[in-house]
This record gives sequence, structure tokens and C-alpha cells, in this order.
Amino acid sequence: MANNDRKPVPLEFEQPLLALAAQIETVEKQLADNPDIEEDLTRLHEQYELLRRSLYAKLRPIDHLAIARHPQRPYTRDYFERWDPNWLELHGDRKGADDPAMVTGLVQLAGHKLVAVGTQKGRSLKDKQACNFGMPQPEGYRKALRAFHHAQKFGLPVVTLIDTPGAYPGMTAEEHNQSEAIAINLLELAGLTVPVVAVVTGEGGSGGALAIGVANRVLMLEHAVYSTISPEGCASILWRSADKVSEACQAMKMTAREIFHLGVSDEVIEEPLGGAHHDYALTANNVAAAVARHLDDLCKLTPAQVRSARQSKFRRMGSMQDAH
Amino acid sequence: MDLKEWFASRQKRRDNPEVKQPLTTEEYCALWTQCFQCRELLYTRDLRGNLFVCPKCQYHFRISALDRIEQMVDEESFQELDAGLCSADPLQFVDTDPYPKRQEEATRKSGLKEAVVTGVGKILGRTAAIGVMDFGHFGGSMGSVVGEKVARLIEHAQKNKLPLIIISSSGGARMQEGILSLMQMAKTSSVLKSFSDAGLLYISVLTEPTYGGVTASFAMLGDLIIAEPGARIGFAGRRVIEQTIRQKLPADFQTAEYLFKHGQVDMVVERVKLAEVLAHLIDFHSGKRGDKVQTTQASGVKTSASRA
Ligand SMILES: [Zn+2]
Repeated sequence: MANNDRKPVPLEFEQPLLALAAQIETVEKQLADNPDIEEDLTRLHEQYELLRRSLYAKLRPIDHLAIARHPQRPYTRDYFERWDPNWLELHGDRKGADDPAMVTGLVQLAGHKLVAVGTQKGRSLKDKQACNFGMPQPEGYRKALRAFHHAQKFGLPVVTLIDTPGAYPGMTAEEHNQSEAIAINLLELAGLTVPVVAVVTGEGGSGGALAIGVANRVLMLEHAVYSTISPEGCASILWRSADKVSEACQAMKMTAREIFHLGVSDEVIEEPLGGAHHDYALTANNVAAAVARHLDDLCKLTPAQVRSARQSKFRRMGSMQDAH
Repeated sequence: MDLKEWFASRQKRRDNPEVKQPLTTEEYCALWTQCFQCRELLYTRDLRGNLFVCPKCQYHFRISALDRIEQMVDEESFQELDAGLCSADPLQFVDTDPYPKRQEEATRKSGLKEAVVTGVGKILGRTAAIGVMDFGHFGGSMGSVVGEKVARLIEHAQKNKLPLIIISSSGGARMQEGILSLMQMAKTSSVLKSFSDAGLLYISVLTEPTYGGVTASFAMLGDLIIAEPGARIGFAGRRVIEQTIRQKLPADFQTAEYLFKHGQVDMVVERVKLAEVLAHLIDFHSGKRGDKVQTTQASGVKTSASRA
């Protein structure tokens, strides 16, 4: 089982904290020789906590993005393993491929038997390359589709975990019809009569995320982001400058809170202070509790109601005016 | 300018081709169009008469939604739907310019309120629900209004049991509407699911260019998919792919013909034959299940299949 025993790697905006931590360390070393400074140490610890809280209370959108992309962030398998140590992975799209960037399996969670689907980023360089940095090929979306059909046939709810920069932009991806692979998932997800809950756990990158995100309930982890295009892509197209990523992050309103206020997500799930990578077990628990609560809710509906609720949810989305 | 005025002024121009005033440079340039492909200088009026297809090399020029409707839909048969819908600014989005200013600019350039025109019209006598996207308006990008108009068109077609035809041309999602533009993919696909379950026909026509969120939603979901010759169609843009895979792509990559070769579209149809092919497809899929084709001749049973 993957774990996060390693010390969390700090992010750029956490530098002030690091400076304070270094100071604490120095004082701690002197403590044996000079017991008088114990009070100072306590004060420093308090300062550290205060700074940490205030830092995380006013993160900029680009800071959330950095946390969402943190190399130690828990990935899909980390959740499935913690939810159900006996979970069984299902492989392949039955058409000629098994995309490692998309994971499908049978998972039990809080008494619910479910078909679980999620994008997967790699941890080691080798894994990262195998998983295409979390960017599925069309075959990955077709693998997910096969899992959705399985769920539909056996009346099992679907839970999807989303953490992807987007669908892979490659030559064979286009030749194998990436567009169709995404589009058909949107269509088929809309038609399922079993409950679907989606959680954006990290990056919700564009159509490649939505392809497993047409759900009755869309939840987002506190530092997760969800956008139409990557902020880098947005900055280069609209500002014609790679330096405007922070501005693009801000303008696109891509953080969990903003997405919630735009009515696109239903709940923001709290993360451990500092981000999910500080405590995998707590994060997995928080997500499990939220998912189970929504599933309990949805299981009260009839299959037809489950489908029509999902369809009308997305039917309502948008913002416009009628001049007539 | 609404659709009626536009057609009326088009008629006036056609009836009165003599230009009395001396030409400004802009007007003079508008008289001539250079072919993007063979570089031939073409007299714009002739080009228009040839449906904006280069008579020398058959290059299919990008055309506006209104030109498309004029070419493809029977005269005076088009009834526009939801003409008044226009964008809001849900994110109060500002890049180098505020979104509302960009919208005004787009409208000034295209004469349209939004990047799709929807309605009901006849194609060689067959009634259909028709949506036509216009790349000239905000790059044909899909925001809330495009998604809503397409969704309403599909619902209208389902309610009235009409075949649905959508001519796509789009650079993708409207970034200025953030996540709400992405959700239009889910919205249109979800509405298409009900339409499809009702057993109705949807023909998607892909034209130069169709990319991103539009390709990855309703444009690729046709029961039948037609592409115009030379049209570039894909999910990711060529440049993004080249940067990602760090190699040059074939020259014909993402063209209609390339997609055809890879099994992604049913046919590549020249503009001049489009209405005819659409009419044939509508006829073929209409009537009750198990109906046989009516023939006037007593002998020699003519089946639909042999006609195709
Ligand atoms: Zn030419």
C-alpha cells in the first residue's frame, strides 16, 4: 500500500513557514544548554501554527493549483486501497488496450458495493510515464465506459475520482478518436439509472475530467481545481504570455469554493491542514464519508428518478440573458 | 440585424450589382478573394455563386452561418428559434479586455448575437431542426448560450419528431465562461441521450474547423457523421499535440480525409452535394419501422438499400 511516510515537500508559498520551522529547530537545539528559552520555544510554536493557519486561510487560486498538483498528493489507488483493502481491479477496454491512466474496479465503501473509476497519475518516473501523467488515451475512456455499463447491468452505484490535467493530446489519441471517446461517455453517463458520484480530488482538467464527471453529485476536495482549459493554456491563448498563469487561475474561477458558488459542484470536502498530502488516511476518510452520505441519499430515489435528476442537473447549467 | 433583414439586404445586393460609387480600398479588396490553397485570385461574387468553393482546386472556404442557411435550406423556409438568447458574464471575466467588450466585438464582426443559429427549415422539401455554428463569431466557441440553443434545438426536434442536423464549426469551449462552458458539453450530450433514445435521427456535419469541446460532445455524437472536404477536425489542436509528442505531424493530419481514413466519419461530402445527401439520409430514416419503400412500378422491387 502506498503511504506518505515521507515528509511533505513544501511548496513555494510555504517558504515563510519553512523559515520559522528552521528557527524553531535552532532554538530546540539550544534548549538542553539553556532551559530558560523554553517559553520562547512555546511562543515560536504558537506563531508557527498561527502563520500556518493564516497562510492557508488566504491561499491564492494558483496556490490551490500547486497543492492540487503536489507530487505527493494522494492518487486514485491510494483512496481505493484505503477504502477497501480487498478491492478488485478490473482491467481493459475489451477492444485491445488497458490504459493505466484510468483505473476501474469493484470497491466496497461504507456498506455500498460500487463500481469505482478514476484517473491515475504515477508516483515514480516510470509510473508517471506509464500513466501518461494522468492523461488518459481514448482507450482509457472506453475502459471507464465498460465499467459504467457493468454498473448499470448489475445496479451498482458508480463513484469516480478525477485528477487529470486532461485527455492526452497525442497523434494516436486523435487517430483513435479521443473526441468520440469523451463524447460517448458524456452521453452514456447521462443515461445511467444507477447513482453516480464524482469527486475531483486534484486537477479537474477539461473534457478529459468531465468524461467521468457527469454525476448526480459532484464533490471537490478543498484544494482541488476544475477548469475548461489548463491555466497555462488559458494564459497563452488569452494573454499570449506564459507569465500570466496566476491571472488566468484567478480569472477562470477554478477553485473548489468558486466552482461550488457557480453551482457546478455540490460540496467542498475539507482537507487536512496543508493539503491532502499531509494525511492520506484522514483525506481518504473525509472523501469516503462524503461519498457515502450522498450515496445514501441517492439510493432513496427510483432508477428513473436517479437518471432524470442527473439530466436536469446539467440541463440547468449556464448563465445567459434573453433579449426578447 | 435579424435574419429577415439580412436576407432582404442580400437580395437587394443581388438585384442591384452595379456599383455606382468609386470603390474604397476595403471594398475593392472585398471584390477579390485569394484561395487559401491554390493562391488563385477569385472574383468574390463568382466564389459566392460557387458556394464558396474554389472552382480551381475545390478548396472549401469557411462560411458564415447565414450563408450556410441560404445555401442549404429551402428559400424562405427557415424559422429561427431562440434568436434573443445572448451571453451574460457570469465570471466577470477580464483578460486583456473584459468579456462583454469581446462579445460586442464578436457581434460587430459577425452580425450575430451568438456563435450558433438554430431553427426549423426545409432541406429540398424535408423539414428538419437545423443548427449552424459560425466560426466568425467568437471563434465559434461554445459558452452557455451556444449550449442552451443547441439543447433547446434538440428538445424542439424531439418534441416535434424532426430529424436533427447540426453543422459544427468551433474552436472549442468559451474560456471566458470558465467551468460553465465545459458544462455545456454535458448539457448538450445529456439532451442528446433522450433524443437518441426516442429513435430519432441526428446527422452531424463537421466543417472547417471543429475542435475541442464541440467535437468532444454533440459534434461526434451523430448517428451519421459527415465532414466537408479539407475541414480540420480534432480534439486537441495541432500545435499542442506537436509540443506534447515533440514530433511533426503528417500534413493531412486531422483533415476530413484523414478522419475518414481512420473510421471517424461516415462520408466526406462536397458542399455542392450536401443538401442532396442530407435529403437522401432523411428519407432513408423516415417512415415506420419495417416500412418498405413505395414504388410506382409493379415489377422490380426497388429497396432503399439498393438505392443507396
Ligand atoms: Zn483554390
